[in-house]
Amino acid sequence: MTYLAKPRLHHPSLTVNKVGYTRRDYEGKISTLCAGCGHDSISAAIIQACWELDIEPHRVAKLSGIGCSSKTPDYFLGASHGFNTVHGRMPSVLTGANLANRELLYLGISGDGDSASIGLGQFAHAMRRGVRMVYIVEDNGVYGLTKGQFSATADRGSKSKKGAINSDSPVDLIGMALQLGATYVARGFSGDKAQLVPLIKGAIGHGGAAFIDVISPCIAFNNHAGSTKCYDYVREHNEAVNRIDVITPRSEITTDYAPGDVMDVLQHDGRMLRLRKLHDGYDPTNRLAAMNHVQTHQAHGEVVTGLLYVDTDASDLHEALNTSTAPLNTLGRQELCPGARELAKLNAALHCGG
Amino acid sequence: MQPTNVANPSYFHKVVDCQWACPAHTPVPEYIRLIGQGRYSDAYMVNWVSNVFPGILGRTCDRPCEPACRRARVEQSNGEHPEPVAICRLKRVAADMKGDVSKRLPRLAPRNGKRIACIGAGPASLTVARDLAPLGYEVTVFDGEVKAGGFIRTQIPRFRLPESVIDEETGYILDLGVVFKSGQRIESMRALMAQGFDAVFVGCGAPRGRDLELPGRHEAAQNIHIGIDWLASVSFGHITSIGKRVIVLGGGNTAMDCCRSARRLGGTEVKVIVRSGFDEMKASPWEKEDARHEGIPIINFHAPKSFEHSHGQLTGMTFEVVKAVYDAQGQRSLVPTGEPDVLVECDAVLIAVGQENAFPWIERESGIEFDKWSLPKLDKDTFQSTVPNVFFGGDSAFGPKNIITAVAHGHEAAVSMDLFLHGEDIRQRPDPTTNLLSAKMGIHEWSYDNDTSNDHRFKVPWAKAEMALANIRVEVELGFDAATAFKEASRCLNCDVQTVFTAPACIECDACVDICPMDCISFTLNADEPDLRTRLKAPALNQTQDLYVSGALKTGRVMVKDEDVCLHCGLCAERCPTGAWDMQKFLLEPALAGASCRDRKKDSQLPGVVA
Repeated sequence: MTYLAKPRLHHPSLTVNKVGYTRRDYEGKISTLCAGCGHDSISAAIIQACWELDIEPHRVAKLSGIGCSSKTPDYFLGASHGFNTVHGRMPSVLTGANLANRELLYLGISGDGDSASIGLGQFAHAMRRGVRMVYIVEDNGVYGLTKGQFSATADRGSKSKKGAINSDSPVDLIGMALQLGATYVARGFSGDKAQLVPLIKGAIGHGGAAFIDVISPCIAFNNHAGSTKCYDYVREHNEAVNRIDVITPRSEITTDYAPGDVMDVLQHDGRMLRLRKLHDGYDPTNRLAAMNHVQTHQAHGEVVTGLLYVDTDASDLHEALNTSTAPLNTLGRQELCPGARELAKLNAALHCGG
Repeated sequence: MQPTNVANPSYFHKVVDCQWACPAHTPVPEYIRLIGQGRYSDAYMVNWVSNVFPGILGRTCDRPCEPACRRARVEQSNGEHPEPVAICRLKRVAADMKGDVSKRLPRLAPRNGKRIACIGAGPASLTVARDLAPLGYEVTVFDGEVKAGGFIRTQIPRFRLPESVIDEETGYILDLGVVFKSGQRIESMRALMAQGFDAVFVGCGAPRGRDLELPGRHEAAQNIHIGIDWLASVSFGHITSIGKRVIVLGGGNTAMDCCRSARRLGGTEVKVIVRSGFDEMKASPWEKEDARHEGIPIINFHAPKSFEHSHGQLTGMTFEVVKAVYDAQGQRSLVPTGEPDVLVECDAVLIAVGQENAFPWIERESGIEFDKWSLPKLDKDTFQSTVPNVFFGGDSAFGPKNIITAVAHGHEAAVSMDLFLHGEDIRQRPDPTTNLLSAKMGIHEWSYDNDTSNDHRFKVPWAKAEMALANIRVEVELGFDAATAFKEASRCLNCDVQTVFTAPACIECDACVDICPMDCISFTLNADEPDLRTRLKAPALNQTQDLYVSGALKTGRVMVKDEDVCLHCGLCAERCPTGAWDMQKFLLEPALAGASCRDRKKDSQLPGVVA
C-alpha cells in the first residue's frame, strides 16, 4: 500500500492523443493493493490501451464486483463512470447498464473469486447472451483478501503458501467462455504488457462479448514454488499462440511477414488486428480447434496465452433483442408514447396469429 | 551496455546535479533538508565546512548549481516557467537565521612548527587559512587593504552584500589563530621567500581591470574609469557621485555591479553597452535581470569605437553596429552591419571589459615560471607552481572566475601544502568520503520528505525601489522569511537520496514501471547505449544524464533507469514487493586537508596491518 498520491509532475516528452489527453490523464487514484500486485500491472495496461485508442474517458463505464481485482477500477480511468456491485453480480448490472445505454464502452473487471465462485452463473449468462463488453478476470488462483485460500481457478495439485495441496478441479474460465459463445477469448499475463495491451485493445474494438483471462500473480499469497500462478511458473510454461498488432485504418503497415505467418482480422471498430502466428496451424477463428488446443496444452501444465478465439462476424445482445439504437435516457415523449394508432398496430399484430 | 558500477562514488555523485556542478562540491540537498527542518545552524555548518563563506555566497555566488538543478528539467512541460530550486537564496537563509555557531568552529590546535604565508586576503587565501590553521600551521595572511575579504570587500557593492556579513565570515577564519598583516601589500616575492616560510600561497586575485585604448581615451580620462577600481573606490567611500548620463562598457557581472552602483550615485540615465549579443553576455541571467529591473537598458551588438570629448570633457562615445556571424565550425565573429555609427552622449564611462592577472611583484628569478598568457605555470590538480613550496589559487591561478571556484582552489591547495609539508606525494590526491545508507524507516516511511512539492519557485522579496536606489548601502534583496524558505526548501527533490537497484531480488512485476510518475524505468532487452536510449518507456534524450543499467534479470532483460528527470519520490521502492529498489542517502564530502588525507603511509607501517 502507498499513502502518497502519485506526483502530478510528468515526463517532459509525454504527449497527448487525438482526443487531447496524456496517458497520465487515464490514471485513477493511487493503488492500495499490496506492493507488486499483478492487478496494478493490468490497470496500467488498461490505461495504456485506452490512451492509445484515443478513448474519451467519459465514454467508458467500468463495473466490478468484490475483491482485490474489483477494487482496481478505482485505480484507472478516474474520469470514467464506475459501479461497484454486489459480489459476483457485475455481469447482470453491466448487462442492465448496457441495455439502457449501448453507446458506452463497458469494462467489466472481476476476479477468479468474483467470477468463478460466487458469480459463476452470472459470468456464464453474460457470455452466452453476447453482452457487448470487455470482461477481464484478474486471475491469481487465490483468495487474497482472506489471506490465501485456494480459489476456484487454482489448479489441482498446486500448493498453497502454507503447503496445502489443492485437491479440487479448477474452473476453466477460458474453456467455459469458448463453450458458452463468447466471441473474443484471450488469455494474458500481467507480467507481459507487450502482449496484454494489444489483447485489451482488440477486446475494446470487438463487437460482442470479449473475455480476457489475465494471470495476475498474488505477491502476498501465491507467488511461491508449487503455485501454478506465480511469476516463475507462468514465465516457464507460457505458450503464446500469437502476437497481435492493432492497426488503425489509416496507419501504414511497415512490417513484412511471410504469407501464412500473419492473419488479419477486421474489427467492429474499423481497426485491423494483425495476428502473428507463433504456433503452426493455429487458427484463432475456429472455436472447436481453439478448445482442443487449449485443453491439450493445459493438460501438459502449459499456460496458453494470446488471442485464442475471435469471431470475425460477432453480434451482440442488442441485435438479438432488436432494441432501441439510442440510449434510453435520450428517448423523448414521442418515442416512448407513439400514440393510439401505433398501439392499435401493435395489438393487431398480436391478434393476427390467434 | 555493461551493468552500471554504482560502487564508483562518481556515479551517484553525478546524480546529485547541484553538488556535481559546484566547484567545492557542497552537499546541497543535505543542507536544504536541514533548512526545511528549521535546523539553520546545522545547515550553516554543512556549508561552512564545504564553502567557507555561506553568508557571502548566499548573496553573491555565481551558483553553477542552479542551472544544473534537476528541478528545472522536471518542471519542463509541467508549467510555464521551469525553474531550479533557489539554492543560493536558501543558503542565505541558513546564514541569516542561524544561532551562535562560534562553539562549533574548530579549536586551535597546538602549533606544528610550520609557517605558511598567504598573499592576499581573498576567498582563496582565507580558505587555505581556514583549512590549515586548525591543523597547527602558523598561517600569516598579507593584504594591502585594512580589512580582509579581497575583492569580496572591494568590488561587490554593499547593496548586494552588507559589510557586516563580510566582517563576520572573515572573522571566523582570522579568529582561528591566523596572523593577519593588514595594509601590507607584498611588493617582492623574493623578499617574502627570504622570510623562511615553509610554504607560500598566492591568492592575490586578478587585480588589473582591462582598459580600452580607443581614440579620446587620454583626453577624456577624467570621466573614464576602470570598473573594478571604481567599484573599490565606491566601496571605500572615496567616490560618492557620478555624472547623470553613464555608459557602462562590458557584459559581465562586474558591468552589472557598475551600472547598478552608478544608478545609486546620481546616474539617472545609465546604460550598459556591450559588443556581443544579449544572450552571449557573460553576466549571470539574474544579474542582468536585476539591472533591467532597476531601469537600466542593455544595448547589445555595439562595438565601442571612440571617446568623444571637447575641452577635456567627455561628451559621448561612438559605436559601430555589429552582428554575429558563425563560420562552419560554429566560431562566432562580430562583423560590422554597415549601418551608420551610433553616438551615445554621456558624462562618464565605466570600463568593465575584463580583468587581467598581474604579477609585477614576482621576480622572474624567483624560479616561478609563467606561460605565454602571463599566468603562472601550475599543476592543475595540485596548484603547485614551478617552485615546489609555492602554490597558487583563486583568480591568480587560472584567471578570473568566481568566489566558489576560489574556495575550491583553496581547499585543494591546502591539501597539497599539508601533504607537501609532511613529505608525501602531493600528486596522490585523497578520495572523497562517501556514505550510502538506506532511508527506509517503515513501509511508507522514509527519512526524508518524499512527497514532491508542486510549488513554483518563490521570489525573494526586494526592498522598495525608491529606497534601494537612494542609498548604495541599502541591501536590495531581503532574503526569504522562514515560512517561504520552508516551502522553497520543499521544492528540492532530494536527489542525494538515490534509487538503488538490486537485480537478484527483482521479480520483474512491473510495479516500479507502472508507478513511476516520470516514466524513468524500463525493462527491456540490453543493447548499446544509443539504441537503448531510444527504446525506453520515455526516450532518454538528455545525453548528459546517465542510464542506470542492471545486470541480466531472469527473463534475460535488464532494468534501465534514465536518471534525467527522476523525482526521487521513492514510489518505485514503495511499490517494490521484494526490496529490489531501495532509497539510499548518498553523502559525498571532498577530502579537506588533514590527517585523513595523509596517513595511508603510516597505516601500512602499523603492526599487524598488511599493506
